[in-house]
Amino acid sequence: MNIFQVFLEAFRAMSMNRLRAGLTMLGIIIGVGAVVLMLAIGESVREDINRRISAMGSNVMVIFPGSSTSNGVRAGRGVVQTLTLQDAQAIGQLPSFSGVAAIVQQPFQVASGTTNWNANVSGVTPEYFSIKDWNTELGSLFGEVEIRSASRVAVIGRTVASNLYGEADPIGQTIRIRNRPFEVIGVLENKGSDLGGGDQDDAVFVPLTTARQQLIRWGQPGSIHYALAQAASASQVQDAIYDASQLLRTRHRVRDDQEDDFTIRDLASIAEAAQGIATALTLLLGAIGSISLLVGGIGIMNIMLVSVTERTREIGIRMALGAKRRDVLLQFLTEAVVICVCGGALGVLFAYLGSLAITKLSPMEVGISMTGIVIAFSFSALIGIFFGLYPAKRAAALKPVEALRYE
Amino acid sequence: MTGQTLMTLTDIKKSYFNAEIETPVLHGINVTINRGEFVAIMGQSGSGKSTLMNILGCLDTPTSGSFVLNGKEVGTLNDNELAQIRNETIGFVFQGFNLLKRMPLVDNVALPLLYAGVSMAEARKRATEKLTQTGLGAFTKRLPNQISGGQQQRVAISRALVCEPALILADEPTGNLDTTTSVEIMNLFTRLNEEQGMSILIVTHEPDVAKYAKRLVRLKDGYVTYDGPVADAHL
Ligand SMILES: Nc1ncnc2c1ncn2[C@@H]1O[C@H](COP(=O)(O)OP(=O)(O)OP(=O)(O)O)[C@@H](O)[C@H]1O
Ligand SMILES: [Mg+2]
Repeated sequence: MNIFQVFLEAFRAMSMNRLRAGLTMLGIIIGVGAVVLMLAIGESVREDINRRISAMGSNVMVIFPGSSTSNGVRAGRGVVQTLTLQDAQAIGQLPSFSGVAAIVQQPFQVASGTTNWNANVSGVTPEYFSIKDWNTELGSLFGEVEIRSASRVAVIGRTVASNLYGEADPIGQTIRIRNRPFEVIGVLENKGSDLGGGDQDDAVFVPLTTARQQLIRWGQPGSIHYALAQAASASQVQDAIYDASQLLRTRHRVRDDQEDDFTIRDLASIAEAAQGIATALTLLLGAIGSISLLVGGIGIMNIMLVSVTERTREIGIRMALGAKRRDVLLQFLTEAVVICVCGGALGVLFAYLGSLAITKLSPMEVGISMTGIVIAFSFSALIGIFFGLYPAKRAAALKPVEALRYE
Repeated sequence: MTGQTLMTLTDIKKSYFNAEIETPVLHGINVTINRGEFVAIMGQSGSGKSTLMNILGCLDTPTSGSFVLNGKEVGTLNDNELAQIRNETIGFVFQGFNLLKRMPLVDNVALPLLYAGVSMAEARKRATEKLTQTGLGAFTKRLPNQISGGQQQRVAISRALVCEPALILADEPTGNLDTTTSVEIMNLFTRLNEEQGMSILIVTHEPDVAKYAKRLVRLKDGYVTYDGPVADAHL
């Protein structure tokens, strides 16, 4: 018998008992569907995290004032406790850094005409945009000139632009922050949410100097909320952290026995942790799917064993007509594999429909990958072979006379 | 071809073992059958006829003794060689027809050819020819349960013939059929024997059926009690 005939026989056997074949297949459909869909969800979560990580900028660290001690007691009385623009600039001079931005921020009500919107207003130095690799979608960014002259210009995020102006062009419009007019010179491109889920596009950026002088009256002059610093390269991140903390300790006159009065947080390590969680999530979801696939496989084995028993006489007849043990083995094995592969195909189809539904109904974008499909397919064929082999071997091991005598 | 030795049984014994208890069924059978013979095997129920047929058909193995078929000692053959003999050399006809229920008649008849490695198209062609020869050319696409018992037995005979075997083994082929149909079936066997020189062995309880054969072997409790021409026997 050639393989084509064997497949034909398998299909014929399945069509003889459609309900049973269908129910058996259902186990595999659910199993394969679950594996493919779960992996796709895990993958989409990971991609989402990766997107957010790259949106943070590469080799970036955040420096903010205050020690990282958890008890909240600040060490070093009498020393400079705040982080200043000068600190940030000094860090920027270090060879291990390629850029530093200083930031102050505070939420304000932002108005344009009669429309209001609450947004986070940040005063930043122009490096901020290059470190975050963030460009405008309309208009332009501000630069050193606007910093020096403390101009009242603003670059707004996509969310703010949509809420204040809808479809209209915001460039050249005036927004009022703390009742002071600012000219909108740029709209930033969409950046989505950050790792914490906050909307990064719900922001207004103005020159640091303007913000310090006219909007955010807080602390000593020159003090900033935090600095965003970029190491020259990925391999220099650790050196950069060391250099920056040495520099800041010197500048802040922190004694050797005192703790840092600032905190440097490496975003890459946060990103790694997030990626680790995403990987664990993918594995977990995959494991859940695999369990249902395993249950489906056991269903196959069960039904194949019943089928072998039921068809003992048929096996006897076939042997009397010249079927070799190998022919009988192949026949039952093929039946199991056909059920599994058909179930696998339908499972992939259902997973695909599921991914469309999830994409439509939730903010997640789930796409079925070709590798996922190939893996699911070969896996279901393997399940068929693995769980079909034992019943098929039992069928092939029957003695012709005994099989023929079976009622 | 006719006259040559087809098979030789020497002191064939067969016992069944159930839970270590030995039930001897055949007590040393010595029979030689030549090509072209038409032999009827008779005997009371339980005398061991089916047991003997199963051994002759390479479906079962004797407990001891020698069985030479076509010059080959069957006891030395492996599973695959036995399957090949069942496929090429022997055609089986059973009392209960033993057709595969879910297959159209043509595929039932084609099955032995597929196991012989013939292509599907060729196998179906030859199966249709055989069915036509046995008068069932119009029913090739029907399922076994859509034709009568006598027709089913003719399909089974077509299937037994499709690989052109040297020997037909039929265990009570007319056991489930009425007299008229039995006559048809036996006429078919007679034609095969006389026109094609095919060796035929049938087991039967009915003297009327046994009369179609030329030689009779009678079994009683596992012993051969008569072996000679049908005409001389007291049926
Ligand atoms: N699998 C078995 N295990 C034990 N004993 C068996 C087995 N098969 C047959 N026998 C016994 O062997 C003896 C011969 O059985 P067999 O089927 O060969 O008889 P038979 O001549 O064909 O009878 P019948 O005319 O009723 O078909 C019987 O006594 C039967 O009980
Ligand atoms: Mg019998």
